[in-house]
Amino acid sequence: MTKLGPGGWSVRLIVLAIGVALLLAPFLFPGVRPIQVAARICVFIVLVASYDLLIGYTGVVSFAHTMFFGLGAYGTAIALSQSDASWGALLIGGALGVLAALVLAVLIGLLSLRVRAIFFAMVTLAVASVALVLASQLSGLTGGEDGLTYSTPDLFSPATPLWHDAAGKTARLFGVRMDGQILAYYLVFFCALLLYLLLLRVTVSPLGTVLKAIRENEARAEALGYRVVAYRTFVFGFTAVMAALAGVLYAIWLQYTGPDTTLSFEIMVDILLMVVIGGMGTMWGAVIGAAALVMAQYYLRDVMQAAAGATAGLPLLPALLNPDRWLLWLGIAFILLVYFFPAGIAGTLTRREARK
Amino acid sequence: MASPSLETRDLTIRFGGHVAVNGVSCAFRPGELTVIVGPNGAGKTTYFNLISGQLRATSGQVLKDGRDISRLAPSGRARAGLGRAFQLTNLFPALSVLENIRLAVQARAGVGRQFLRRAAAHRDLVAQAEHYLEATRLTRAAHLPAVALAHGDQRKLEVALLLAMEPDVFMFDEPTAGMSLDHAPEVLELIAEIKRDTARTVLLVEHKMEVVRALADRIIVLHNGALLADGKPEEVMASDLVREVYLGKRGAA
Ligand SMILES: Nc1ncnc2c1ncn2[C@@H]1O[C@H](COP(=O)(O)OP(=O)(O)O)[C@@H](O)[C@H]1O
Ligand SMILES: [Mg+2]
Repeated sequence: MTKLGPGGWSVRLIVLAIGVALLLAPFLFPGVRPIQVAARICVFIVLVASYDLLIGYTGVVSFAHTMFFGLGAYGTAIALSQSDASWGALLIGGALGVLAALVLAVLIGLLSLRVRAIFFAMVTLAVASVALVLASQLSGLTGGEDGLTYSTPDLFSPATPLWHDAAGKTARLFGVRMDGQILAYYLVFFCALLLYLLLLRVTVSPLGTVLKAIRENEARAEALGYRVVAYRTFVFGFTAVMAALAGVLYAIWLQYTGPDTTLSFEIMVDILLMVVIGGMGTMWGAVIGAAALVMAQYYLRDVMQAAAGATAGLPLLPALLNPDRWLLWLGIAFILLVYFFPAGIAGTLTRREARK
Repeated sequence: MASPSLETRDLTIRFGGHVAVNGVSCAFRPGELTVIVGPNGAGKTTYFNLISGQLRATSGQVLKDGRDISRLAPSGRARAGLGRAFQLTNLFPALSVLENIRLAVQARAGVGRQFLRRAAAHRDLVAQAEHYLEATRLTRAAHLPAVALAHGDQRKLEVALLLAMEPDVFMFDEPTAGMSLDHAPEVLELIAEIKRDTARTVLLVEHKMEVVRALADRIIVLHNGALLADGKPEEVMASDLVREVYLGKRGAA
């Protein structure tokens, strides 16, 4: 008997483990790199989860998700670099970026969600390309290809102690300096958690069922009385806002915003891969997919370096394991994943559990 | 006599050169169950599609309680009180049986836009969905995906969706087609129950003559897209013309 459920226990356990690891990341994995990886995972969880609501739940294919991500990031970045590193600039810039994403999404939605899905996907591709070109052409505003580097409010600076120890220096907790960077990390973590929980809630709400209904049988949803175009436009706007908020978080965290970190189609492809690896239409998959791919992007080369070293005496292997070939191995890992987990990790695990 | 809840005026649709529904004018009143008969390809399903909005008429109007709804999308017509079950099973395959029915319930209740509360926390919606689950004897399958149901149960779910919409006008398109002999009476009993509520209008496309006799207040006959006969069951079934084009051909009656 195949019982339908939002996710199996194994999936929930994996997601919980990732969540706990992210919560304790600064303490469990001290150092410069791990906290960067953890923050990127948090941001991408929101980005991927919102994309899953769009493509996995509603069945709307869009290539403009990174554009909305970029609008949030660039709004924040431009405001912070044009003025001082004040809270006012951050909030106004972020809010304008999110608003721009919403307005643009609703316009695209109203103009083109009535047409066939393939045509809609093409429209989003075109608009996203224009945004990418604009970002590099309007270099006075956006910094062009180089992007923008700026300061965030002092509170987020690594030089700012959150509190002092007895000697008057930055306090340490379990050996970790309690500075502005820790605060920035937890801002990112808790905002991402909140947004993710909101997205999770949407999927089990009455609206969530309507979105799945539209994916499953659009004409039937319409015949029951649901205005499909209005629902699609709503979810397109809603997920654009989520992506833009993720962009704001990323801009605050990196103190740098450029085409490579927020707008490029490489990121769009990353998001698609994360959704597929995690499991489309599962929402849990966003956490698994984002964590898996970001980890691979940061650590696969190190692992290969070590493996190449360990096999140094053997023929052929060291050459194959050369860190420069990491993309090849990533590709192989992806193909194996899709082969053994055709519905993504969360999707396939849930199905297997349901079959028992 | 009550004023019509549904009316079609000169309703016509052409597919290229072929006129599938040809100038059909007909009014349907609350408390009345009208059976629509006619040979295959007569235009019965197309007539339904024009009424519930899946197809736009080439000319003519559809009126609900006197209001012209010919320009509305299917969703607008559903919200105006027209409910429709499909001849070819038309469900949400990967969603559970309960979710399928809840979609119909929440469309009527207008809570489709709510996203901050869990659907399960809307106790009233779930209770209503369970009621129709019970009525169509699908309770045991509540958590199965619709696609996993046997054909007969899918047909019942199709009917359950229409019941759960609680429309003013019910349109059933061959609801018992392909159903086993023990399931068909269940569905017909449900339709008879709707009929007892005098505020409801029922349109039923059905071939089985014993069903027509048992349920029909009125029969209309479509032939080549045109309205061939309209009247009390005994009159229509006695008409030579109808016997010739429909009943005679099928060798039934
Ligand atoms: N979308 C369509 N395009 C072209 N022809 C159609 C379409 N829908 C129905 N028809 C034609 O209209 C006629 C009536 O079909 P239908 O309404 O399904 O008949 P019935 O339900 O009475 O068996 C048939 O000849 C059918 O081929
Ligand atoms: Mg038909």
